[in-house]
Amino acid sequence: MASNNEQTNSHSHFPWSHVVGFGLSIVLTLLALWIGFYSGFSLTTIMVIVVGLALVQATIQLLMFMHITESEDSTVQVGTILYAVFIAVAVVAGTIWVMSFGMHYM
Amino acid sequence: MEAVEHSPNTPLEYQTETGRLNILGFWIFLGAEIALFSTLFATYLVLVGRTADGPGPAELFEISGVLIETFLLLTSSFTCGLAIHYMRNHSLKGVFVWIGITLALGLGFLGFEIYEFVHYIHEGAALTTSAYWSAFFVLVGTHGAHVTLGIGWIILILIQLKQRGLTPDTSRKVFISSLYWHFLDVVWIFIFTAVYLYGMVM
Amino acid sequence: MRLDEFFVTGDPLIYGADVSIALTLIGAIFALTYFKKWKWLWSEWLTTVDHKKLGIMYIIAAVLMLFRGGVDAMLMRAQLTVPDAGFLDAKHYNEIFTTHGTIMIIFMAMPFLIGLINVVVPLQIGARDVAYPFLNAVSFWTFFMGAMLFNISFVIGGSPSAGWTSYVPLAGLELSPGVGQNYYLLGLQIAGIGTLLTGINFLVTILKMRVPSMKLMQMPIFTWSSLITMVIIIFAFPVLTVALALMTFDRLFGSHFFTMMDGGMPMLWANLFWIWGHPEVYIVILPAFGMFSEIISTFARKTIFGYKAMVYSMVIIAGLSFLVWVHHFFTMGAGGAVNSFFSITTMLIAVPTGVKIFNWLFTLYKGRIRFTTAMLWALAFIPNFVIGGVTGVMLAMAAADYQYHNTYFLVAHFHYVLISGTVYACFAGLYFWYPKMFNHRLNERLGKWSFWIFVAGFNLCFFPMYFLGLAGMPRRVYTYGVADGWMSMNVLATFGGLLMGIGFLILVYNIYYSFRYSPRETTGDPWDARTLEWSTPAPVPHYNFAHLPEAKGHDAFWIMKEEIKQGKKPEKKPYKPIHMPSYSGVPVVMSVFFFIAGFGMVFSWNWMSILGLIGVLATMVIRSFDYDKGFYVSVEEIEEHEKTT
Repeated sequence: MASNNEQTNSHSHFPWSHVVGFGLSIVLTLLALWIGFYSGFSLTTIMVIVVGLALVQATIQLLMFMHITESEDSTVQVGTILYAVFIAVAVVAGTIWVMSFGMHYM
Repeated sequence: MEAVEHSPNTPLEYQTETGRLNILGFWIFLGAEIALFSTLFATYLVLVGRTADGPGPAELFEISGVLIETFLLLTSSFTCGLAIHYMRNHSLKGVFVWIGITLALGLGFLGFEIYEFVHYIHEGAALTTSAYWSAFFVLVGTHGAHVTLGIGWIILILIQLKQRGLTPDTSRKVFISSLYWHFLDVVWIFIFTAVYLYGMVM
Repeated sequence: MRLDEFFVTGDPLIYGADVSIALTLIGAIFALTYFKKWKWLWSEWLTTVDHKKLGIMYIIAAVLMLFRGGVDAMLMRAQLTVPDAGFLDAKHYNEIFTTHGTIMIIFMAMPFLIGLINVVVPLQIGARDVAYPFLNAVSFWTFFMGAMLFNISFVIGGSPSAGWTSYVPLAGLELSPGVGQNYYLLGLQIAGIGTLLTGINFLVTILKMRVPSMKLMQMPIFTWSSLITMVIIIFAFPVLTVALALMTFDRLFGSHFFTMMDGGMPMLWANLFWIWGHPEVYIVILPAFGMFSEIISTFARKTIFGYKAMVYSMVIIAGLSFLVWVHHFFTMGAGGAVNSFFSITTMLIAVPTGVKIFNWLFTLYKGRIRFTTAMLWALAFIPNFVIGGVTGVMLAMAAADYQYHNTYFLVAHFHYVLISGTVYACFAGLYFWYPKMFNHRLNERLGKWSFWIFVAGFNLCFFPMYFLGLAGMPRRVYTYGVADGWMSMNVLATFGGLLMGIGFLILVYNIYYSFRYSPRETTGDPWDARTLEWSTPAPVPHYNFAHLPEAKGHDAFWIMKEEIKQGKKPEKKPYKPIHMPSYSGVPVVMSVFFFIAGFGMVFSWNWMSILGLIGVLATMVIRSFDYDKGFYVSVEEIEEHEKTT
């Protein structure tokens, strides 16, 4: 089973995936901070970039810390999270749009 | 449980049918949690700026405290991952050490968060001050409540681990609680971005 | 708090209810004691984790709630029959339409469907139980305690009166200062926990507990519809949880989410409520579609037409159902772009639904139809649901909706989809699967009487409401004047409502009558049906299947029967011990603590809510330390069971 190989690879060795994931998370957090305070971009640009960075960091956590793809049910697991992301976008973007009452937001 | 085919290398938590079912079910529960937090985020973002006569976020947020909280939680997510790594190497001691560190970091996070909340309330920004602060306290507070609950839950699991050692049942519980703990860090990434960064840059 | 504030006083109807509740309780306690049934009640029912028994309890609770909601409806019709009637005052009328709506959607429609799903789905997929039997019991008991908490409001403390949608500011603290609205918030919150758990439980059950030979695209349509329903539940209910919690914070702890002051946004409530509320509509209609598919296919003696189209249309509905919510409040004024977008998505979602209607018609085409009661309900559903659906598309047009909104046109529309969709399906499913649950059929003759009277009454009651709406009668008014000219159609509607009540009573009598006089089942397959649940013997053993069945296509049982007809002998395999989960008293005790916590919060009695929550946590800890692995059913016991059937 292909999925089991990944599980076996993950033990007995140095926890590379965790260390790399941790490092990337720190870098991404600091990058978001820098863009927020020192980049001088417009608010909209900043928000688009930092939300993008947050999504990347969330993906890193899902893949490198939580091993979402490791079990035999990984399709269902990944499908659930993707559908949840769809719901999140619909709820957040939809609510902001609907509650802006046609006014320009931000 | 009925005997199930698995290679000897399959981690303990995946070896029983119950283990696999519960892990899958918990992932689906996390999907529901995403819907729950999205609703809170949507509410928060709609109510941004509705501070009535109270203070606004830019006046009160302090980057240092937020960064400390962020790195405490991020590191705890990392150490929690290490605990699972040691669990898969059958090192009970490694699990105890790294989960212990995780819990300590989690408690540290909670301490800073409580201090932050108390500070805001002293500065005149409480749940009842304005729609904005209601949304802030309920969104960030719901996350904090999850962390608190997680700490209590993981302590219960540690007791069971002490009593029973690493078995398919206890490893399943440790693994599921680790998923929960990582997930709380994922939520925090978005709180950091949408609440604190946005609030300070705005 | 004074005692006469605690108990609702001053209305003869309420005193009547007080007396009947007291008598029923005393009667039940007396009967249980006299027949020495306490132990039986505890060990067979209150602690059960068997999906079939939980399903039966869901259905019994739902029928009780249907009675309660139906009485509310009859009271409303009585008040509205003639202009300027004085039967109910405005406040009482408001309370009744609020409880009617809430109970029918949350505590009748959903549990009825979830009950049937509980009984049928594990059997349809060849499973011996659900993925998490313990959680299934938690689901039922939290639903039940939430329902009880909501229901006692009308005798203790006062009912909510801000409508089932609880729009603020009407539902806020200033305009609804009593405890009624708190009952709504807490009752729904507690029941919602159970619904979410059901969603996760049955999703995993359907995905992972099927017999290995059954592919996804071979699952019966009812199982498919349940699967999609569970997906919608999992992602819709957390939104309700948050919305209810925010309003609870507003009312109990002084926050400002939906208030008129300090930056609160009352319209945000409507938005959040309907983000859950619209998917909720599909939660109560998709299982109904699934049941009709099974029933039509069985009694037309044909396999379902367009299986794949059926499945894909439900998948599309699951996605689109989260993108249409604004059509419930077009008139709020969210702007042209918003209204146009949601108008279009709403019309789009009618397309997959239309596809399903044609699939049922083509299944019927050239079928050898048997007109059983279950089939009659399914056949009546199609034209009635089309009326509801087409008027729904009329409402979907945002510009036109400004005319229809808040009138009886809307009331007629959603009763046409919810009654002819969900309620007909509950009745059809009850007649169809009754022999699986209780080992005898419901009487067909009484069934047909009940069917014709109910369906005639339904159309007589709600069809005139379309015209009342077009004539300008607003919904939620407790009376109207002579000059409005709405009396004749209101009289018709009340008469129709009476017929529906009579139809329901005949159904209830039928349950009693059939219990006494119906012949007992011997085969387990009374309808010559097609799916695996009918391959189990009568009565269904608690482990469901002695041998796991084999699925060689959808309509798996039909294929088995065909093979036997062609001379294939069923092979005799030796039995193996079967693993089953143990019963547990934790779910019911935990839910009682939820009730206590909820009741405490309703009255802001903090000591009581804290006590209740500690109880909830304690039961969770007990569960966490419980390493019970269930038990094995021995080969001897299986042999014993299989011999008698």
